[in-house]
Amino acid sequence: MSLITEKKSSMPISSYLHLHPKVRLRALLALPMTWLVGVYIISLFLLLITAFWFIDPFTSRVRPGFTLENFISIFTVPAYLSTSLRTLLIALAVTAVCIVLAIPLGIYMAKVARPWVRNLLAVLITLPLWAGYLVKLLAMRLTFTENGFINWLLDPLGISGPGFGIPVVILTLTYLWFPYMALPVFTAIRQIPTNLFDAAADLGQKAWPTIFRVVLPLITPAIIAGSVFTFSLSLGDYLAARFVGGSTQMIGSIIAANINLNPPVAAAFSMVPIAFVVMYLLVARRTGSLERM
Amino acid sequence: MLRFSKLSKAGMLAIIGIILAFMYIPLFILMLNAFNEAQVSSWPIENYSLRWWERAAELEAIRNALLNSVIVAFGAMVIASILGTLTAFALSRFDFFGKTTVNLLVVLPIALPGVVTGVAFSNTYSNFLTPAGFQIGYFGMIVAHATFCIVMVFNNVFARLKRMNPNLQEASMDLGQGVLGTFRLVTFPQFRAAFGAGALLAFALSFDEVVVTIFTAPPGVDTIPLWILKEMARPTQASVVNVVATVIIILSLIPVYVSQRLSRAADDGK
Repeated sequence: MSLITEKKSSMPISSYLHLHPKVRLRALLALPMTWLVGVYIISLFLLLITAFWFIDPFTSRVRPGFTLENFISIFTVPAYLSTSLRTLLIALAVTAVCIVLAIPLGIYMAKVARPWVRNLLAVLITLPLWAGYLVKLLAMRLTFTENGFINWLLDPLGISGPGFGIPVVILTLTYLWFPYMALPVFTAIRQIPTNLFDAAADLGQKAWPTIFRVVLPLITPAIIAGSVFTFSLSLGDYLAARFVGGSTQMIGSIIAANINLNPPVAAAFSMVPIAFVVMYLLVARRTGSLERM
Repeated sequence: MLRFSKLSKAGMLAIIGIILAFMYIPLFILMLNAFNEAQVSSWPIENYSLRWWERAAELEAIRNALLNSVIVAFGAMVIASILGTLTAFALSRFDFFGKTTVNLLVVLPIALPGVVTGVAFSNTYSNFLTPAGFQIGYFGMIVAHATFCIVMVFNNVFARLKRMNPNLQEASMDLGQGVLGTFRLVTFPQFRAAFGAGALLAFALSFDEVVVTIFTAPPGVDTIPLWILKEMARPTQASVVNVVATVIIILSLIPVYVSQRLSRAADDGK
């Protein structure tokens, strides 16, 4: 007994922490929470407040106050409304293309390919993820530019590729975010027990009906988890639109164009992607797939 | 087993071929264009030369941008490593009310579009801190980067801690080591590899980041992505940018390789 009391006195902090798990938890969380709330959440909150402010018409400076003008403009200015809609459709299209490509790739990698082919494909799919965002944007620009690779390839056929515009933006965003979809889908297909396929085969199902009836329902959570990335990342992107989109504008283009000219409008517009992402996350959460992320 | 007809297999292979071509051809075109003698990139390349490599080596702007990128990424990595590890310990060892909220808070900076995060920071700096007489300047960029890098360290360390045996720490405490001694001698060696992988990913993420940087970089300060962006917006002189991009592609293989090695070491339980 005396030994224990002696130990306690020799390391008072350690003993105290050991006996008080709540204090331990608070000590661990104090710094990260101060940072995340104090720096990030406060910034988001201040952004929301700025969205109600306005530009003084005489000094053209930001003035605190309260106006709903900025939010109303999102819905009443036709160019703003169509940009929000266009961005939403582009983000959904990118997600759809990613899903359509990821499923056959995942099935082949997980259930058809030999182990070394599977490992090779896994490396090949992840590698470009690290090549750098702008590097890939530049690469796509060189490929689809007027005197670039695609037009050189299609020239003998007498046709020319799509110029910079919405289709190339969708392709570029797919290129950028595809691994975020491909990897979770592959992992999910791999985790499906083989005897489920045996059962389906014994019951007379061919391969493709098995995929639709057995595989798809089982990998839906993984698809949703991946789509959160492809959707959210596409929704906020505006550099792809700027460099391979021709005159295409996305929500980010409007925010970026207004941040110095009219910060309250930029702030109000920032709430649009937040709203879309939150809605998407709520839908995804109902399916219970967020725990897998 | 799933049995596919020859036709289905051929179809899947064709799709995979298209995906891989789609992923790699643009990168190869970019890399070959770094050796294009012409001023403006094009395909097919008529004359190859090393002229843009020499030019890139001379440019001071590239060196300055590289220095800024390294400073920012290093600062962000250090902050994110500390905060990410602390959060990982809290969430892996304790069950408490608000656990999912804390998890969401860590993921949020990367889940929300970069333009939102960037505008939020820029708004705080220029419409609140500056009027209050506080110039955050260069440090603002590091603060913003550190915020979205936390999740990288958190994910790696959390996954490792979950699989660690807590009895070892109990044993160490029973044998008379204090909190710090146990951490240094018992806990840290067990998650060192995961910690290193997470820190490296945080560095790489910060080094590559563009959008938040656009909004938080002080005027006149370029990182490598900001320098590339400026060159891309300029129609002439495009070929120097291909050289820098090619170097980035080659350098990007390093973190992939190292983090693979580190996470393999983590899997082995080192």
